[in-house]
Amino acid sequence: MSIQSHSGSNRIAGVGRLVPAKTVRFTFDGQSLTGLEGDTLASALLANGIHLVGRSFKYHRPRGILSAGSEEPNALVDVERDKSRKQPNVRATVQEIYDGLQVKSQNRWPSLTFDIGAINDVFSPMLPAGFYYKTFMWPKFAWKTIYEPKIRAAAGLGVVPGEADTDRYSNRFAHCDVLVVGGGAAGLAAALSAAQTGAKVIICDEQAEAGGALRYETDVTIDGKPGYDWATETLASLRALENVTVLTRTTAFGYYAQNFVGLVERISDHLSNPGSDMPRERLWQVRARKVILATGAIERHMVFANNDRPGILLASAARAYLNQYGVAVGRKVGVYTANDSAYAAAIDLKRAGVDVPVIVDTRDNPSSPVIEEARSLGIDVVTGHAVFSAGGKRRVSSISIRPNKGGNERKVVVDALIMSAGWTPSVHLFSQSRGKVAWDAANERFLPGTYAQDCVSVGACNGSDGLQQALDEAVAAGGKLAGETGFKGKTAALKATGGTDWVLGMIGSAPGAGADTTVKAFVDFQNDVTAKDVRLAVREGMHSIEHVKRFTTNGMATDQGKTSNLHGLAIAAEALNRPIPAVGLTTFRAPFTPVTFGAIVNHARHDLFDPTRRTPMHAWHAAQGAAFEDVGQWKRAWYYPQAGEDMHAAVNRECVAVRNQAGIFDASTLGKIEVVGPDAAKFLELLYTNPWEKLGVGRLRYGIMLREDGFIYDDGVVGRLAEDRFHVTTTTGGAPRVMNHMEDYLQTEFPHLNVWLTSTTEQWAVIAVQGPKAREIIAPLVEGIDLSNEAMPHMSVREGRICGVPTRLFRMSFTGEAGYEINVPADYGRAVWEAVYERGKPLGLTPYGTEAMHVLRAEKGYIIVGQDTDGTVTPQDAGLTWAIGKNKTDYVGIRGLLRRDLVADGRKQLVGLKTKDAHVVLEEGAQIVANPNQPVPMTMIGHVTSSYWSQNCGRSIAMALVIDGTKRLGETLYVPMPDGVIEVEVTGTVFFDKKGERLNG
Amino acid sequence: MLLIKCPYCEEERPELEFRNAGEAHLVRSPAISEQSDEDFAAFLYFRQNPKGLQFERWRHIHGCGRFFNAVRDSVSDKFLTVYKAGEPRPDVETLLNPETVSDAEPAKKRAPRAKKGEL
Amino acid sequence: MADLAQAAQRAHPLQTGHAGVGSVSVALADNATRVSLRARPDAVAALSKALGLSLPLKPKTTTSQGNRAALWIGPDEWLLLDVDGSSLVADLAKVKVLHSAVDVSHRNVGIVVSGKGADAVVNGGCPQDLSLGAFPVGAASRTVLGKIEIVLWRTAEDTFRVECWRSFSGYAYSFLQESARDVAV
Repeated sequence: MSIQSHSGSNRIAGVGRLVPAKTVRFTFDGQSLTGLEGDTLASALLANGIHLVGRSFKYHRPRGILSAGSEEPNALVDVERDKSRKQPNVRATVQEIYDGLQVKSQNRWPSLTFDIGAINDVFSPMLPAGFYYKTFMWPKFAWKTIYEPKIRAAAGLGVVPGEADTDRYSNRFAHCDVLVVGGGAAGLAAALSAAQTGAKVIICDEQAEAGGALRYETDVTIDGKPGYDWATETLASLRALENVTVLTRTTAFGYYAQNFVGLVERISDHLSNPGSDMPRERLWQVRARKVILATGAIERHMVFANNDRPGILLASAARAYLNQYGVAVGRKVGVYTANDSAYAAAIDLKRAGVDVPVIVDTRDNPSSPVIEEARSLGIDVVTGHAVFSAGGKRRVSSISIRPNKGGNERKVVVDALIMSAGWTPSVHLFSQSRGKVAWDAANERFLPGTYAQDCVSVGACNGSDGLQQALDEAVAAGGKLAGETGFKGKTAALKATGGTDWVLGMIGSAPGAGADTTVKAFVDFQNDVTAKDVRLAVREGMHSIEHVKRFTTNGMATDQGKTSNLHGLAIAAEALNRPIPAVGLTTFRAPFTPVTFGAIVNHARHDLFDPTRRTPMHAWHAAQGAAFEDVGQWKRAWYYPQAGEDMHAAVNRECVAVRNQAGIFDASTLGKIEVVGPDAAKFLELLYTNPWEKLGVGRLRYGIMLREDGFIYDDGVVGRLAEDRFHVTTTTGGAPRVMNHMEDYLQTEFPHLNVWLTSTTEQWAVIAVQGPKAREIIAPLVEGIDLSNEAMPHMSVREGRICGVPTRLFRMSFTGEAGYEINVPADYGRAVWEAVYERGKPLGLTPYGTEAMHVLRAEKGYIIVGQDTDGTVTPQDAGLTWAIGKNKTDYVGIRGLLRRDLVADGRKQLVGLKTKDAHVVLEEGAQIVANPNQPVPMTMIGHVTSSYWSQNCGRSIAMALVIDGTKRLGETLYVPMPDGVIEVEVTGTVFFDKKGERLNG
Repeated sequence: MLLIKCPYCEEERPELEFRNAGEAHLVRSPAISEQSDEDFAAFLYFRQNPKGLQFERWRHIHGCGRFFNAVRDSVSDKFLTVYKAGEPRPDVETLLNPETVSDAEPAKKRAPRAKKGEL
Repeated sequence: MADLAQAAQRAHPLQTGHAGVGSVSVALADNATRVSLRARPDAVAALSKALGLSLPLKPKTTTSQGNRAALWIGPDEWLLLDVDGSSLVADLAKVKVLHSAVDVSHRNVGIVVSGKGADAVVNGGCPQDLSLGAFPVGAASRTVLGKIEIVLWRTAEDTFRVECWRSFSGYAYSFLQESARDVAV
């Protein structure tokens, strides 16, 4: 054995496919190490003789590297580029190394080799499955305050990064005829065959390179070439085809309805200096007409005492480390197996010069050419025996071998042990697709049974064991499925030699870890579940595998039990004395491997988290120093503080200015719908409580919209521009749902009406000019409209021009003052606003924001739907009975309003409230009682819906929904608050200009 | 994400373009204000929500904007058919067994409930 | 007051102009006249005549004549586009058959995505199949882009026009640029 030391003492010269000259420097727990380009972190650590990489979840036992793939349960590490780009729980077997990679081990304190938490291992007899559920139940309060925080601190895997992730993530929707998941021999063959027909193909594989098992099956040829060379060439030729998308480092993590498959492509995790535009990961949302699953099989470990010691690995992993990376997992490697496939690893190791002192085979009289070959190489093959225990703590140092049936024990010194209990077909995605698995009793495995979606499984995941069988099946499937999507073409058969038949083996605990023992034989490494724990679960009454799983947490870690599920199931079945299929298999759920939040949210971060909607005048407000309020997705000017003003002072000033001179307000966010057609009025009659047929052209009316149940849904002013054309306004937040509500009735209930709806919310910028000087301010700017009270009274609309551009000028008011709402095409909004402001400024025109708008409307008792109503308020409750057309025979909500509960006494009605102390401002949402001296809990008779300080009234004002409120006018009620009871008087809802004279200016 | 065929766009489109609009074939009475409490309650509140085939409304809200009806299996999420608003409720037997029914005698006509849009 | 009247200048919601990332450019379209047209089948002939183009009747299709284009949006709905200052609105005002024409010129903003990979840029947020077979040159559809609604129109093999509502244009523009950065990698 010739050792090549500068990229690790266990690197063997002339073995593997990495280039010795291409070295890469990285650190592990601060220790500087060298690996080779193409190494995974696991292969580089093993090359440097490092097996101990972490501590286990519950017992803090030393753990090493089990596998060479994404099924890895143990070797979870923390990878950190910088403070904000830090990822815990990265599988060392997946992470590729790059220059400067910084890795830390997890779940240990103070260090990996000396971990205080390992005391849990000593006390483990006291920590059986279900321990937490039973022990920490009393006293009840202690769970939240003591037990849970302590347990959480002691357990857990990695540490969540403390800073926001600065990496970029992206998204791509993609469509294809055939999606092939898996780039092993079967996947490549299927993709090639489908691609040859001209069909659009996407093939993905989670590894950096294609090939799957061909990366280590050195005895294979396909098409006359060594298997790995064939895989590499095939991948290259697929990449060159225009109709094929090849995605490596890409995991298919979720299989959803109608062949919708989620993939995550890891783009920069393997790069030393990723470009700033480069996303770290890309989510692919693929809709495939056909899916071919070629997901392979996952090797199982043997379940025996201390099978979790670092240095104990899966046989296929050892073979991959050797043949791909040129790394020997040890210098004295024992083998423990229940099937043939581990022999190939032993043979490869032996041939590479590694000492293989023993192969322990649990089978009594196995016979196979590989066994003969192993023997011929001088390896001691011991059949009918089992490894009863592994010695060593931070690294396996020996194995104890005994005959299965008991007898003399002998100890063999090793520094690594490789094992194979057999292969579990990877049916995860098939199961996610809602396919039903079937039990293959002869080979003790679950295979795809009943398909639920348009997909097929090929190769090892389908139980097709021989390589030739897998290739034949894959070529046929690729051609057939492409053909079904309309692409016919010749597909070439592939001829293979060599390869391992991945069948048989054992499931459940090995001899020496049976029901009569108390040894720690791990089934689930990541969650520290032993065979004993599974049996305990059954003894405790868990008879369903779903219960066993939850009681023991077997298979519930981030690896989702890829290596452990079948073992756990077999042990449970044995304990229950029932056949395996009767105990059942838990359903596999997405994601196949953990997916970052970054990939899921992808573009939807920062500015793209949610659209921010700004009005045409937004920049003006910002330049004036306005504070903004979020209203749905809109940014609305809230108030305009001047130097030295707080919000209160600014709002007071704005409110007073509107009533004394005039104010200018951005109302652009109001929803607007243009209702056009000869039946427009008829339609509005049906959608609003009010009558519309007789509304004159050029007139406005305030309308109320109900749901069918009779409750207020929205309100707004509607203008009639022509016999067959209405300009409808809605609340800002209600615009989309009102449009949907109207379309629903128009399309499905009243389709006979000749009318159409068009959203014009964003066509118009709306500038409200309100106050006694409103007309004086706008008059010089307006052309073609007579603004006199006689020609254009309150609640009318005219079309003309303002500042030279077209306008729909509304004479209306949400302040109680005479005023206008100037609608202009949106791109002119800013210019017209500025012109109006410049014109009005000398006259005292003051910009006011949404807060002043709220106060002003409350002074007048105008409601805001959604604030003074909550979906249980009728027009009668809100004091709007006048808005219901008395002679109408139909409108949405007419029947709902007749419901007994809606016309009965005892409803909450909208009233005004005046605090006895005029300076006390009530809290919105505060509860109201009739008698503050009653015992708690008090009988609440209402709540405050709107409450403000009104500078114009010189006192606080409020509105409230109170049971039988209108009968209580003048009564004193009480609002109990934490610091005392507030006395209030029930009043009408209008606090200012009760006669409404100012509207007519 | 489901793929839903819009009967107006005449092709399958991603679910992101659609919005579910509840149970189909509910009748809003033309004389609704005279409806009894029981009938109105049935119209306003009571829904089938079956496990299995359900008749439901969808709106292609971010597409052609049309409301339409669909028959979907709530267990498998599979759509059996979609049809325009106002078209008659399809016969379930025919949908489930297209061959057997078409060969046999005309499927027995169930009195279809009135549907939205047919008023 | 004519002098004051002339003060009102148009202000586009986006002042960002043009951004190219790699092979794909994301640029603002010129101002346009836009009309949302609604009509039943029996009115199509008269409307087509007045417009000087045949309104498309097949889903996801468009027709155009000179600068004027009609995009099929729904079975009774078209989005009409023409250059700024065109006679589109006036042409429709003359039509007597039953229809609804609403000027939405200022409601929408157009963004043009062009260059090799433009389809992938749009597919960064649009779930439709944009292969040439499924979405050929001339195809148009209302759909979604990320979290907003858009109208998407393929004007050339590597060129898409994205129309969205005014206040969503900042989002659409940023989104397409972000996606273009991804595609350029």
